[in-house]
Amino acid sequence: MAEHLLVIIISAALVNNYVLSRFLGLCPFIGVSKRLSSAFGMGMAVIFVLTLASAVTYLINRYILIQYKIEFLRTLSFILVIAVLVQFVEMVILKTAPGLYKALGIYLPLITTNCAVLGSALLNVNSNFNLIESAVNGLGAGIGFTIALIIMASIREKLELAKVPESFKGAPITFIIAGILSLIFFCFKGLVSE
Amino acid sequence: MSHLKNLTKGIFKENPIFVIMLGLCPTLAVSTKVIYGIGMGVAVIFVLTSSNVIISIIRKFIPDKIRIPAYITVISTFVTITDYLMKAYTPELHKALGIFIPLIVVNCIILGRAEAFASKNTVLDSFLDGIGMGLGFTLAITLIATIREILGAGTITLKLLNYGWIFEIKGINPLVVMILPPGALLTIGLLLGIFNSFKKKEAK
Repeated sequence: MAEHLLVIIISAALVNNYVLSRFLGLCPFIGVSKRLSSAFGMGMAVIFVLTLASAVTYLINRYILIQYKIEFLRTLSFILVIAVLVQFVEMVILKTAPGLYKALGIYLPLITTNCAVLGSALLNVNSNFNLIESAVNGLGAGIGFTIALIIMASIREKLELAKVPESFKGAPITFIIAGILSLIFFCFKGLVSE
Repeated sequence: MSHLKNLTKGIFKENPIFVIMLGLCPTLAVSTKVIYGIGMGVAVIFVLTSSNVIISIIRKFIPDKIRIPAYITVISTFVTITDYLMKAYTPELHKALGIFIPLIVVNCIILGRAEAFASKNTVLDSFLDGIGMGLGFTLAITLIATIREILGAGTITLKLLNYGWIFEIKGINPLVVMILPPGALLTIGLLLGIFNSFKKKEAK
């Protein structure tokens, strides 16, 4: 069982990295990767919300949508649940851990529109994962997102000193670097045989 | 005249992908074949135009504080309609686009236009804005898909449900990496750089 869960984590974090091979969560990946410190904050917030959202959307899908045969409301209910969840997490963190709230603060509301969260919830449904598998898959996806974001932010901090052609400054060079990173992540393909 | 401007601004001047850079995830993920790009584009045009019109109609009844959840509810209704229509009539396309159809809900273009345009303008203008922005998105994703498919597979696929054609381009040695994820990132990076250099020249 533990081995099976480890495979899910590695597969979500490295082999099918959400950002670099599934293209989920590109907007924050490009937007928040300018500074290493903010990349780390965003990564932690995403890991937290992804794990929680994966578990909660599993419960919603299994015990409300399938129970009452209203699967056509899946997209609508998932996005609303994620929005509520993010808001709720924000309030809880504010009350219980003001230090953490200060660190995550501005990144939390941004997560609602991060397609990695909704994407992971939908992928869990498609792969018929159970409750624990869903949560672990969310955790792995979050770790993968954070790894990619931190690597990208470290490169971009160095890049400010590099001589980039005028037209390629900013977004274009970021995409090209992401392309090369994505090639590198191909090396993990053989790690898990599905 | 201003109506015409609302229609055309989304195609070039405010192109959602190349200028505003919204909605990148589906653009990069599904642009492996030309027909997938067009399919995604049509889905986005439908959702964007319908939700723009509905939001514009009800914009005076939505309390300001809960406008975002209200917009998302309208948008996800149309996304669900699209999802089920595609599943019924074009199952092959539905399978290829996969979770990126339900993910149109979180496509920033649609919520962005609802908030920035449809909530402030008349129904006709919002309709034209939806069509224009949708066309701009479709053109951009089709351009990226064409480049990737030609370089990566040496073909142009315009075939759906046994209708249409597949063009083969001779003399190209397919570079498989172009239809894999890294190819998408490299293509859009280079395209953005080229567009920037054109813009710089024009400004001079």
